[in-house]
Amino acid sequence: MRFGRTPEQHAFSEALDDLLGAADVPAASRAWATGDHSAGLKLWQRLAELGVTGLLVSEEDGGLSASAVDLTVAFERLGYHGVPGPWIESVAVAPRLLPGTPDAELLARLASGEALVSVAPGTRALDADVAERTYALGATLRRAEPGAERTSVDPTRRLFEVTAGEEIATIDPAPALDFGTLACSAQLLGAGLRLLDDSVAYVKQRTQFGRPIGEFQAVKHLLADVRVALDFAAPLVHNAAVELDAEAPTAARAVSAAKVATGDAAYLASRTALQVHGAIGYTREFDLSLWILKVRALVGAWGTPAEHRARILESLVEAR
Amino acid sequence: MTLEFTEAEEAFRLEAREWLAAHNPGRLPSMDTAEGAAAHREWERTLASGRWSVVTWPEAYGGRDASLTEWVIFEEEYYLAGAPTRISQNGISLLAPIIFGHGTEAQKERYLRDMTDGTLVWAQAWSEPEAGSDLASLRATATQVEGGWRLNGQKTWSSRAPFADRGFGLFRSDPSAERHRGLTYFLFPLDADGVTVRPIDQLDGTPGFAEIFFDDVFVPDDDVLGGVGDGWKVAMSTAGNERGLSLRSPGRFCAAADRLLDLWQADPQPHLRDQVVDAWIGAEAYRLYTWGTVTHVEAGGSVGAEGSINKLWWSDLDLSLHETALSLLGADAELAGRWVDDYLFSLSGPIYAGTNQIQRNIVAERVLGLPRGGR
Ligand SMILES: Cc1cc2nc3c(=O)[nH]c(=O)nc-3n(C[C@H](O)[C@H](O)[C@H](O)COP(=O)(O)OP(=O)(O)OC[C@H]3O[C@@H](n4cnc5c(N)ncnc54)[C@H](O)[C@@H]3O)c2cc1C
Repeated sequence: MRFGRTPEQHAFSEALDDLLGAADVPAASRAWATGDHSAGLKLWQRLAELGVTGLLVSEEDGGLSASAVDLTVAFERLGYHGVPGPWIESVAVAPRLLPGTPDAELLARLASGEALVSVAPGTRALDADVAERTYALGATLRRAEPGAERTSVDPTRRLFEVTAGEEIATIDPAPALDFGTLACSAQLLGAGLRLLDDSVAYVKQRTQFGRPIGEFQAVKHLLADVRVALDFAAPLVHNAAVELDAEAPTAARAVSAAKVATGDAAYLASRTALQVHGAIGYTREFDLSLWILKVRALVGAWGTPAEHRARILESLVEAR
Repeated sequence: MTLEFTEAEEAFRLEAREWLAAHNPGRLPSMDTAEGAAAHREWERTLASGRWSVVTWPEAYGGRDASLTEWVIFEEEYYLAGAPTRISQNGISLLAPIIFGHGTEAQKERYLRDMTDGTLVWAQAWSEPEAGSDLASLRATATQVEGGWRLNGQKTWSSRAPFADRGFGLFRSDPSAERHRGLTYFLFPLDADGVTVRPIDQLDGTPGFAEIFFDDVFVPDDDVLGGVGDGWKVAMSTAGNERGLSLRSPGRFCAAADRLLDLWQADPQPHLRDQVVDAWIGAEAYRLYTWGTVTHVEAGGSVGAEGSINKLWWSDLDLSLHETALSLLGADAELAGRWVDDYLFSLSGPIYAGTNQIQRNIVAERVLGLPRGGR
């Protein structure tokens, strides 16, 4: 396989779809938003049984030592199904931060899904209220104390201001940040695919002027553009994962390209989904809102598009 | 670069790179001028002499039996080297796949070799004044006569026709049949009795395409390509080539994005930074998407309506990349030169090979499964 997923990765993706498709994820998300974590944590456990929480944890610590490509397979599906929780922090970032630090003992419990952690790449940490431990990631790795809660545009993302405390390790934060950004990109891609699927289903069934609105060219062309954007964002995510796995010198740039492209594509998918749904799409009650708001939040998380574009240009110029 | 290649593929890349370094003539005059056409034919001859003109073809026809992967590698090297655009493209990319798939042995013998070295340059005669997007409404006729057919009517927008040797296109051979049936694919010489080629200047001032008038032009039965009445089916089997991989290799856009970066570095204008980066991301996405397609095809998959997704991407990318270049050039953007030439060409991308509206219809209906109708 030169540049595509393996049969095992396809099977993993389908297993996640089976599990998440049968669970009522929107209900879990809505409960999570009110601070009721029970359904979300149950889901966490079931995903742990499929190996999701141990993907990047080493085999010695009870994980799977899986590849970054495997990680993107999982996060794409988490995004597709709109699963709430500090997944990026616990599954994509912490296993890249903690080995070799005094907190390495957490890894086994992270892998089994018993422990959740949160990591603030800036001044805020996601879901610090369910996390066993919260970290602040700057030039060094510090434990952090969660403080005041801030309201995200996405109510399922519960954000807390953090105060950095005791330093536990001197590390280069960049690789861990890249894994977080990669996972975020895959989640955006999945959310975009979901928004497109739901839109396609809706426009086939909603009739106006005596026809399904999906017959109208103005509607068709909007959705075709979303498909194009998502189809060309996907290989950038795949490539970023391949480059991270290979520790390629251009890996950081590849991650940034994936983040920019998936952010743009998912945002286009969300704007288009809202438009083709009309007023029903503008309601909180309708589940589409969960993805529309999630995408808006993730576009700015783990580096804004402007920051990632700047990083790409810098790397391109440096390489000349 | 972490896409992995075999040793043989790496050796192939190196061989291509070295050969191109030794032979590439660089930028030639526009192929849509008499002088440029001659220079481009000469370049095709040189390419053929090194067996680089049709790398994926069987060796018996001048190719190297190269894999799809090797083809993409070759194209990457080709554009990286800044080698000229190919005057033989219509023949090699659009006609040859039909001849390989539907042609007779005699047609293969007669036409394939001469296509590989610029001896025969071909023009595609599909569009008509009244049949553009609605191609199946075409009206040029073919009437059966002793030993062959007589062609009548008019074609238009035929690229390369002013300096080409032969044409290929669809004619209505059975006016009573349903409109997608009753069409037949013909090959014909552009200097035959009754053919008039009237060049048309394009936006860039060169006669890049032409009208072709047919006045009782005789074509022998030997020059029917595919079955009588099967023209639509045969033609559609290559429309995907035009939109998909074969005409628009990623190397081309990667090279253009690279030149855009040069321009940026010469005069970095902060307000254009994001557009420069987006051009690079777009070209990179196209390169990687292509490797995904190659992987899929080499594993036995096929490319169908997805060719339309491809066409939408490269045409929009090409245009926005060149618009960004002109923005960077500022007031100098109006001055003749490569950027203006390439910009003018990129303007046609959303129109030819099926307009982007038509491609969006195809994506919506055949990829997303939305209902037809509502035109
Ligand atoms: C540079 C260049 C090179 C070309 N080379 C060749 C060649 O070598 N051989 C050849 O045969 N042809 C060639 N063409 C012609 C090209 O294929 C046609 O221009 C194209 O198919 C569109 O047809 P048209 O120009 O008649 O536009 P029309 O079909 O008249 O369309 C005009 C506008 O209406 C829109 N439209 C039409 N129908 C629909 C619909 N159903 N839904 C939504 N919008 C619609 C179109 O998208 C377009 O925007 C070339 C064109 C260009 C610009």
